[in-house]
Amino acid sequence: MSEVYDALQKIVGNNYVSNQAEERYFYGRDPGLMPPHEPDYVVMPKTTEEVQEIIKLANREKVPITPKGGGLALTGLVIPLKGGIVMDLKRMDRILEVNEKASYAVVEAGVTHGALKSYLQKYHPRLRHSIPDSPAIATIAANAVIHGQGRLSQQRGFNSDMVSGLEVVLGTGEICRIGSCAVSSSWFSKGPPLPDLSGLFLGWFGSTGVITKLGIKLYPCKKIRDVMLFLTDKADLVPEIIRKLAYTEMIEDIVVTAQPLPLRFKGNFYILLYITGDSEEEIEFKKKMAWGALLVYFESRDGGFVSVTPDMKPAFLAMPSKDTTRFADVSKGGGFEYSGPIAPIDKYPPYLEKLEELAAKYKLFYSSAARVIDGGHSMMFSFSYTFNRANPDEMKRAKAALDEAAKFALEEDGVIWKPNIDEQRMVMEKMDPNTLKVMTSIKHLLDPNRIMNPGNWEAK
Amino acid sequence: MPLLELKFDKTKCANCKAISCLVKCQYMDLKDKAKAKKEWQKVINGEDSFVLEACTTCYACEEYCPFKNHPFYMIVERQEEKGILPAPRPIVTMWINQCEPVGRFMVGKIEERALSYCFLPQLNALVGGKLFENIAHSSFFGQEFFCNVVYLHYAKMSVIKDRLSKVIENIAKLGMKEVICLHDECYGAFTSLAPAYGIEVPFKPVHYYEFLYNRLRELKDEIKPLNVKAAYQRNCSARLSPQTDHFVDDIFGLIGVERVPREYDRENGLCCAEIIRMARGPAMADELQKKNIDDMLKFGAKYCVFNCPACYDSLAEKVIKAGMDPIHMIDLCRLALGEERGQRPPVEGMPALQVAMEGK
Repeated sequence: MSEVYDALQKIVGNNYVSNQAEERYFYGRDPGLMPPHEPDYVVMPKTTEEVQEIIKLANREKVPITPKGGGLALTGLVIPLKGGIVMDLKRMDRILEVNEKASYAVVEAGVTHGALKSYLQKYHPRLRHSIPDSPAIATIAANAVIHGQGRLSQQRGFNSDMVSGLEVVLGTGEICRIGSCAVSSSWFSKGPPLPDLSGLFLGWFGSTGVITKLGIKLYPCKKIRDVMLFLTDKADLVPEIIRKLAYTEMIEDIVVTAQPLPLRFKGNFYILLYITGDSEEEIEFKKKMAWGALLVYFESRDGGFVSVTPDMKPAFLAMPSKDTTRFADVSKGGGFEYSGPIAPIDKYPPYLEKLEELAAKYKLFYSSAARVIDGGHSMMFSFSYTFNRANPDEMKRAKAALDEAAKFALEEDGVIWKPNIDEQRMVMEKMDPNTLKVMTSIKHLLDPNRIMNPGNWEAK
Repeated sequence: MPLLELKFDKTKCANCKAISCLVKCQYMDLKDKAKAKKEWQKVINGEDSFVLEACTTCYACEEYCPFKNHPFYMIVERQEEKGILPAPRPIVTMWINQCEPVGRFMVGKIEERALSYCFLPQLNALVGGKLFENIAHSSFFGQEFFCNVVYLHYAKMSVIKDRLSKVIENIAKLGMKEVICLHDECYGAFTSLAPAYGIEVPFKPVHYYEFLYNRLRELKDEIKPLNVKAAYQRNCSARLSPQTDHFVDDIFGLIGVERVPREYDRENGLCCAEIIRMARGPAMADELQKKNIDDMLKFGAKYCVFNCPACYDSLAEKVIKAGMDPIHMIDLCRLALGEERGQRPPVEGMPALQVAMEGK
């Protein structure tokens, strides 16, 4: 194995490879509940060519390789289940291009959402991208790989829908461009009018190749951004409320929160609506549209808008939201994880019921934030539970609750988002066998030596 | 514990010729005294009356009644009995839940006099400087001390009856003799609501206006008159203690501020409309706020002076857009003492929403 270490050193230099216990410990786990497994090596390439050389080396030596961005998925997707090499892509942190007219950016795989946000605010203040509510160190590429959602998902779909091109190093070591950038110097489309090959990499968790560059669509950053807060106490009304709001085509982002504490949340569903405008007239018009859409609930007294005071706004408008971080420490000991199925919005009531049932059954504190995706075509519903990392029993109960939630979501027409390996198996068991066959064929074609993030999306 | 009952004298209403409670109402058209009397009798008798639905819960009738017979408390009682929801049910639930005492509160080093922050964290920014230098440490805050008056807006007198006695007990246990109420909802709770329901208050409530006035007199030599005109935004809970309104004039007189003689001040004050926005929708609220601010502008006021932090939150941005400076009464007094204001206005050179967006 020292030959591998020496070879990695030659590729990236002494400072960016390690087989020391500290690094192996750190890279053997993520902040979630999946059991750790240490890698043999950690390597931090700087260029696509270095990534290519590392993958060629891994192929020669039949060493597993697990690519890693921010490592924040919580479901163990960057835990090297079979050891080998963890390839940390954070050094690939250059923003290569921002095309204002075509509204896209090209970034390297290690560029974080926080970095792109800051860069755009400074140099291209009229443009923005869809920021997820993960910490700002989440990378854009990894977030797209897990089909993340963000602040523009209600109007624009999954963050992966906003990808406008890829550069990938295949499991075999070839460098490959996907989308318009395969035939043009512009990264304006990840597929059309060509066959959309981005699906060979997005959603695969690095098990078919390593994304080294990514084009991401940018959208108008209007001068004013504001938030409205609508409350209802009837879960059954939530899908209809979402549908009516989405119908207005005025709302940039819709998030529905349910949790028992702090007490102001108890017994209600908090529906946050985000709107933007270049003028106060535009904002007021959009607010009126939202009011009009929900007037029926106001009149029946089943729901109403709460005034959002100036001191409340910074917390609501922060991107990313800090609520997740706060929630993670509710049980003290800084642990939280969620199962976040993607599901039709009409599943909100049964999912909510299950969330509360499982919290009671396993004696856990819960929260749920449901983000509406693509005009209400679906939502991400989070079954979130907190736990104290110093309390193994609580961690066990949280894991059991999440396993049950995932099973339930799958039975109730949802599809598990960024599933851990156990959940991937559950999904594959339910999957159309021919779909699974296609996935297996693709995996074998792109990763013939089965070295790419092994354990993930592997059929029995 | 016996059920608390409103001390309400029907005969006073029966003999009343003015029916001021309804005739003077700014939100209902009941100028016809005969019609007003008829509707008021329906309310007293527990019959259906449009008054119960139309009431905006501005509290003003408490001030209008010459007999101090508590017409507004009667309306709230009747609204609750009939299950009328002045605001959407989830909003009422939110308010009831968020102010429930849960054993989390803050108590300073209590002396003979203490400041009540009630459950208003915004007040923390205001309390500072010379005005409070000898008393800021003697203060308390939290749901345990929350006066509960807000439930008058939500037809939930039952919550007030359930919680107010305990709140008064909690405060009394702290051992002070005088409670300086930094919000006049508290002052109204102790001087109007509690007596109306026969609840004993074993400490002396002091309105913070009285405290400010006395402190300013003590600091008279340090006052630099502001020599400005100000529009005063009178709030709903001031209706529970109209006897304190003269302090506005007294304080203004000490610090060189002219209270502009606008239409919607004093007895004719207009609601800040935030409760109305939640309860009635944006059209009525926007119209009221426009009417109110236009009225302030007619007299060239530099400042719009607020008593209530909630009114400030509701109107500050709009006041700024109209070219005036929103300021809390405490901050106005601090300016006159040459101090910085404690509460930062929502707009400083950029749109308030942008301030919020930047997370500043």
